[in-house]
Amino acid sequence: MQAKVNVRRFNPDEERPKSYTQQFDVEVEEHFTVLDTLIKVREEIDGSLALRCSCRAAICGSCAMRVNGHAVLACKARVSQHLSDDGQVTVEPAGNQPVIKDLVVDLEPFWDKLRAVEPYLQPAMPEPEAEYLAPNEVMLHLVDVMGCIMCGACVSDCTVLEVDPNFLGPAALAKAYRFVADTRDEEDTKRLGIYNAYGGIWDCTRCGECVQACPKGVAPMDRIMALREKAVESGTPPGSYEGAQYGYRHSVAFEEIITHKGRLEETQLVVKTLGMFNLPKLLGMAPMALSAMFRRKMPPPITRAAPGVGQVRRLANRIRWNRLSKVE
Amino acid sequence: MYSHDVLVLGAGLAGMRAALEAARSGANVAMLSKVYPVRSHSNAAQGGINAALTDRGDDWHEHAYDTVKGSDFLGDQDAIEVMCREAGQELINLEHMGVIFNRDDEGRLGTRAFGGQRRARTFFVADITGQAILHVMYEQILKYNVRVYDEWYATTLITDHGRCGGVVAMEMRTGEVHAIRAKATILATGGLGRVFEPSTNALICTGDGMALAYRAGAPLMDMEMVQYHPTTLKGSGVLLSEGARGEGAYLINSRGERFMERYAPNMMELASRDVVSRAEITEINEGNDIDGCVLLDCRHLGRAKIMERLMYIHEVAMDLVGVDITKDPVPIRPGVHYQMGGIKTDVDGRCWDPAGNWKGVEGLFAAGETACVSVHGGNRLGANSLLDTVIFGRRSAEAAMDFAGANGHLEFSEDTWVGGEKASMQALLDNNGGGDLVAKLRLDMATAMDEGLGVYRTEEGMQQALNAVRGMKGRFKDVIVQDKGKAFNTNLIFALELGCMLDCAEAIAVGGIERKESRGAHSRLDYAARDDENWLKHILLYQGPGDQITKEYVPIVITQWQPEERKY
Ligand SMILES: Cc1cc2nc3c(=O)[nH]c(=O)nc-3n(C[C@H](O)[C@H](O)[C@H](O)COP(=O)(O)OP(=O)(O)OC[C@H]3O[C@@H](n4cnc5c(N)ncnc54)[C@H](O)[C@@H]3O)c2cc1C
Ligand code: SF4
Ligand code: SF4
Ligand code: FES
Repeated sequence: MQAKVNVRRFNPDEERPKSYTQQFDVEVEEHFTVLDTLIKVREEIDGSLALRCSCRAAICGSCAMRVNGHAVLACKARVSQHLSDDGQVTVEPAGNQPVIKDLVVDLEPFWDKLRAVEPYLQPAMPEPEAEYLAPNEVMLHLVDVMGCIMCGACVSDCTVLEVDPNFLGPAALAKAYRFVADTRDEEDTKRLGIYNAYGGIWDCTRCGECVQACPKGVAPMDRIMALREKAVESGTPPGSYEGAQYGYRHSVAFEEIITHKGRLEETQLVVKTLGMFNLPKLLGMAPMALSAMFRRKMPPPITRAAPGVGQVRRLANRIRWNRLSKVE
Repeated sequence: MYSHDVLVLGAGLAGMRAALEAARSGANVAMLSKVYPVRSHSNAAQGGINAALTDRGDDWHEHAYDTVKGSDFLGDQDAIEVMCREAGQELINLEHMGVIFNRDDEGRLGTRAFGGQRRARTFFVADITGQAILHVMYEQILKYNVRVYDEWYATTLITDHGRCGGVVAMEMRTGEVHAIRAKATILATGGLGRVFEPSTNALICTGDGMALAYRAGAPLMDMEMVQYHPTTLKGSGVLLSEGARGEGAYLINSRGERFMERYAPNMMELASRDVVSRAEITEINEGNDIDGCVLLDCRHLGRAKIMERLMYIHEVAMDLVGVDITKDPVPIRPGVHYQMGGIKTDVDGRCWDPAGNWKGVEGLFAAGETACVSVHGGNRLGANSLLDTVIFGRRSAEAAMDFAGANGHLEFSEDTWVGGEKASMQALLDNNGGGDLVAKLRLDMATAMDEGLGVYRTEEGMQQALNAVRGMKGRFKDVIVQDKGKAFNTNLIFALELGCMLDCAEAIAVGGIERKESRGAHSRLDYAARDDENWLKHILLYQGPGDQITKEYVPIVITQWQPEERKY
């Protein structure tokens, strides 16, 4: 099978470095991964093509890059499944990180963010003589997050990082979750305080791109949501960061309104989230409210409780109870 | 100039464990690695790590005996005792650092069975044990703020009069060459699987550390002892863990027989790796194969167990050969996996003679797969290698700190060392004639090695491989590096790695020809029996003088277990 591989290239050694696309014609076999294909280019056609790779088996995390616009692990992606009808495939460096050369990106910000979440176990001291005891279910649950190979595919496609480079991002926050969910770690309160801050768990827009991109099923977004839940549950104060305050209050208010009224009252949600006396922010919402009104989409400000609200409350209690009794 | 008391080359498990030990003691330590630490090949270890825990009713003597027997009595028993005795505590250390580990019903560490051992003493994290430990070790490195030279490639050890004083290395991002000074240097640069094709090893496993030490005057020991793993995927050579057989998977041939019945009636699929690999090759040669492979059958384990404990090999088999192991058996064959031999060290990571004098390079330590202590002898037991990395990583750091405390820096001229290195790199870059491309030469070497030094070996075959490798060392001088630039020049790095691999390949072939018996992984058709009378000894190789290789023999250390026939 013939593949036309369009590779985005960049060589910093040039006097005025500029990125460009180069097409390589490569004979590929059915079982070839994108990585096999690129290695073939590098070994047989152009040795100057720079990319990171090592294990060839989706475990070292070296080879995240964009294939046809989406982040994948090159060694996990079958090239035949990515070829267009006319046999083309486009390979670009991972997104949201500066390019060093060709498909090699600068990972320093990635590691810096990892450092920022205090990514090491902080257990009760003194250490026991034997192992810390921990339920197998908790460990099995953690295997999924420990499965993260730090490839950065999620970071590449994160929509918040595109606009706000300060966001800690899916990989670091998934790592953060590993410690909060680890029953051996004693510092949940401190941790949640850190993750509540600017750039933390409340800045994710839940776009789901990271879940899509992750080659190891880590589902970073779900971990971030679980951290939010823990923060709310434990009553960890959101700190001085507005975004966290709003995010935090949004979810608290959401739950309050639903259990109280049996349905969502969006106007109340806005008021409760922003704060009754937060006039500037409330006024800031006015244009949106007005335009909603024009289109007859403005929700009524006050409503009566929905019929069957008792059922809703029972459900809510059940959820709360489950949450609390979940293996900690 | 960059300067440290202790410099660790390599950031796999051995390197990180060493650096961590030094950092905890407050030493001025740094680590240097050609890939980011978590990319190191230790992450590929799937099955687990061995330890005999007394509170589980196990006894380290039994672990030691299994290891001695597994090694086909070539392992040094004093070293094996150290490793097995300290295993329990080291395992608990790992748990305290944060490794998650599968648990039993009481929340304590759980075990699985592994090859060549009469008792289940392999501790594990699903089938991502190496990754799970490596990432936690990196967490600790971050906690202690260890200085890491990320993506730096070490090219030469700086030595003078047999004393090591640091390293010359290239910062890959810029292509700049620097000298780093160190009172003590620890090599933890991993294995050399890429010397063969196919191999379970990652592309970075190129034997750099062994070659660097060898060129600097340190001896390489038992290099002929290359392990073939019984269950690797055809083509890529990617591994399916022994954990599968540990959980109860079968090996079957084209006639549907569990053929291990005929080769190891007691241990069956869980006999030592050398034994199982030979059985497979015999089946394949006798025509009981399917396209050059036999089958690994996991179906009867059930989906639930597979998804809980063998999830990674499920993923790999699906991705790379399109087989769902819950539904179908997967074709496998033996593939090159592990180097038992390496830089000769004692149990403290240094190369001393019995009287305590430096016999290799003074101030140079080694640990992990790059070293040969020797705890694996002729054949490594599964899950003993991760143990080896953490035990001897820690111990070599302790000895290196002692050395650094007692000795100053070696005086050397930075310009001379850096200049010399740049000149030899430039010479490679300047090749424009009719030489081979790096990848072509690597493949020629790896194919020749696979042919001449496979599961079964003969004098003639090994000699052919050796001649071929020597020819390639000549061709290497003209090898073509197409990338002439500075920044992230992986092409140049591959060329330097190839140079290292050629030195290792030569040593493997020379060792293989030298050892005129069959022991462990070294199986000769022309000397089919083990010969304890003449060969209960290690083979040490020194590079030089000139193009020559000097050999030396060192008797193995026997403490409690006399050699006996090895049956499984
Ligand atoms: C697929 C597979 C599965 C395995 N499963 C198991 C198992 O279940 N149990 C078990 O006990 N063992 C297992 N092993 C063996 C075990 O994983 C390795 O032997 C062990 O991890 C080696 O660790 P290390 O620290 O010595 O080297 P590595 O982890 O390979 O690290 C080497 C380090 O050296 C660095 N380096 C190398 N050369 C240079 C250079 N020139 N300049 C700078 N840096 C350099 C690299 O960047 C890397 O950081 C397995 C091996 C493989 C291949
Ligand atoms: S869900 Fe959140 S973390 Fe994930 S990609 Fe979207 S914004 Fe980023
Ligand atoms: S969460 Fe997934 S995509 Fe993100 S770094 Fe980890 S493995 Fe890669
Ligand atoms: S090469 Fe290791 S993850 Fe792709």
